[in-house]
Amino acid sequence: MNVTLSDAVDLGIRLFALFNVVALGAVSLVWLERRFLGRLQGRPGPNRVGPFGLLQPIADAIKLMSKEDVAPGSSQRLIFYAAPILVFVPAFVVWLTFPLARDLVVRNMEMGLFFFVAISTLSIVGLVLAGWSSNSKYAILGGFRAAAQLVSYEIPIITMILVVAMLSGSLDFVSVVDAQSRVPFILVVPLGLVIFLIAGLAEVGRTPFDIYFAESEVVGGPFVEYSGAHWAIFFLAEYVNTFVLGILGALLFLGGWRWPFGENLPQLASVALLMGKAYFIVLVIFWIRGTYPRMRIDQLMEVAWKWLIPLSFALFLVTAFQLKFEWPWWILTIMSLAILAVPVLVQSQKQRNPALALAARYAANAVVVEAKPRPSPAAAEDTPPATSETAEGTSA
Amino acid sequence: MILELAHFQILAAALFCLGLYGVLARRSAVMVLMAVELMLNAVNINLVAFSAFRDISIVTGQVIAIFVITVAAAEIGLALAVIMRLYRRRGTVNVDEIDWMKG
Amino acid sequence: MGLILFYILGGLTLVAALGVVTTRNIVYGALFLLVAMSGVAGLFVLLFAEFLALVQLLIYGGAIIIVILFALMLTRTTDFSVATEHRRWPMAAVISLALFGLLAGAAIGDSGDYNTYQRSGISIEELGKGLFENWAVPFEIASIVLLVALIGAIVIGRSGEEEGGEGDQG
Repeated sequence: MNVTLSDAVDLGIRLFALFNVVALGAVSLVWLERRFLGRLQGRPGPNRVGPFGLLQPIADAIKLMSKEDVAPGSSQRLIFYAAPILVFVPAFVVWLTFPLARDLVVRNMEMGLFFFVAISTLSIVGLVLAGWSSNSKYAILGGFRAAAQLVSYEIPIITMILVVAMLSGSLDFVSVVDAQSRVPFILVVPLGLVIFLIAGLAEVGRTPFDIYFAESEVVGGPFVEYSGAHWAIFFLAEYVNTFVLGILGALLFLGGWRWPFGENLPQLASVALLMGKAYFIVLVIFWIRGTYPRMRIDQLMEVAWKWLIPLSFALFLVTAFQLKFEWPWWILTIMSLAILAVPVLVQSQKQRNPALALAARYAANAVVVEAKPRPSPAAAEDTPPATSETAEGTSA
Repeated sequence: MILELAHFQILAAALFCLGLYGVLARRSAVMVLMAVELMLNAVNINLVAFSAFRDISIVTGQVIAIFVITVAAAEIGLALAVIMRLYRRRGTVNVDEIDWMKG
Repeated sequence: MGLILFYILGGLTLVAALGVVTTRNIVYGALFLLVAMSGVAGLFVLLFAEFLALVQLLIYGGAIIIVILFALMLTRTTDFSVATEHRRWPMAAVISLALFGLLAGAAIGDSGDYNTYQRSGISIEELGKGLFENWAVPFEIASIVLLVALIGAIVIGRSGEEEGGEGDQG
């Protein structure tokens, strides 16, 4: 284990460059989201601070830094200040294995995919601690919901990463991109990118899965007591995580910097291609935010446990079969589209006959209460003799 | 001085004994559980150290360590379910007060 | 270099473990446990078990600590007025020290021919082969253990409140 000075200097340069790339990327995402959302909603978006509103993130940062630093009067002050760091650091540390081109990587670990999975689960602890140390009921509720949501949606993400690892035969990112030199994995397993995006949206906490910190639901959830610079850390962590989702989608499913132009591009063009794909996925994420309403927590958990997890396991099995029996790759495309067709058909059936679905749900939840013999007519209540109550009256 | 197996063995022994102290001396059941996790980690360090120092191509140490982590996760899930049930019934998780089977 | 890293990581782990077993604030204890687990993960990297280090971080830091924090918050054991230590804690300390002396003595006295600190690690392929070829049956049993623990935790943790219930449903 000999570490020379040149190794250390090289590592330092790479880390510095990576930090700049990530910070610039996250800041550009702040601006891009507000402009893009503005166009989607028929308004111009920020255009006052600098040309095209480009200095808006800086204005946001100055505003947030200049706010008063208020902390709750509980006894958990240390944890209150430490929780944002626990949320923020994993978002940055996962970038250590992401390659921007063949040689532009801090360390292409042998288990890069698994490194991402392991480090990204550490941010859940930070959210739970943030919720609890705020000493507020909304915060604790939001923290619990956040943990439940994040832990549930980890399973589809990990399964999709496993599918990609199986298809490329390796766990490091450069090999995954090399395995897509002819066909990107989005054509091989389209369902993979769909599940990865949906589960990734829930992991990052973006609409439609942002109920655990929504203002109209839990008044900000675990972030309610944080002000100014501390809240800015959470805010930045969310954007860095969105960027991570974009880069991962580009590396794992869209072919990274290799497809479709191959290896003969100059390095800058490769990086630009990768970033273009990443920003494309990020724009799709923003598009979803501008289009869909927020899901309730029980709908969210239902999507995870009843739909995404079985679908991801089915895709995993199908991929394993294809690799074992050495079928051609387009069989996997057909089968993953077939698996994707199942929830689409079920959902469209439900939509065509809403009464059918509602009647089925009422029949399943019906509780038949027999009439209790009333001893005296003194207690005059309007209880009808035989009732069939529903245990939970949820709307479709 | 180079790294030797004894370094890791002593470290694992110290971790194990700290965990043992935690199990014996702490009052809250959750604290006892955390000390048990320390003991399991000490065992893992020992297993992996033996695997690294003896012959790294024999993966037995690491595989058994994976199983130990798996069983630890299962155990803590169940133990915490029992603790929460106990808390709901009796209102306490103090191991000194959980003595209804005594005598 | 390896020795320096060992001392740093080992020292961090031991200090954090000491914090776990002696702190009065139980949430700090859970955080100290997180630090101790991360230290152990670092030691695994030092021992060429990178996969195990990541598994350690994932399972302990990403799941077990969260479950412990949930249990802490839901059992409200955060009032610091009660003593956190048993009445007979000096006896426990003596027992632990005696055991440590025994184990450390055995370690020092025995390190004869185990000094080859291998320079090459193990690839994840070999680990996978070992896990799924030689240890396939324990692997399946481990998955059944997890299933049993999952079902058991749901059953035990579920029907706790005995206040009314919902009609005929359990």
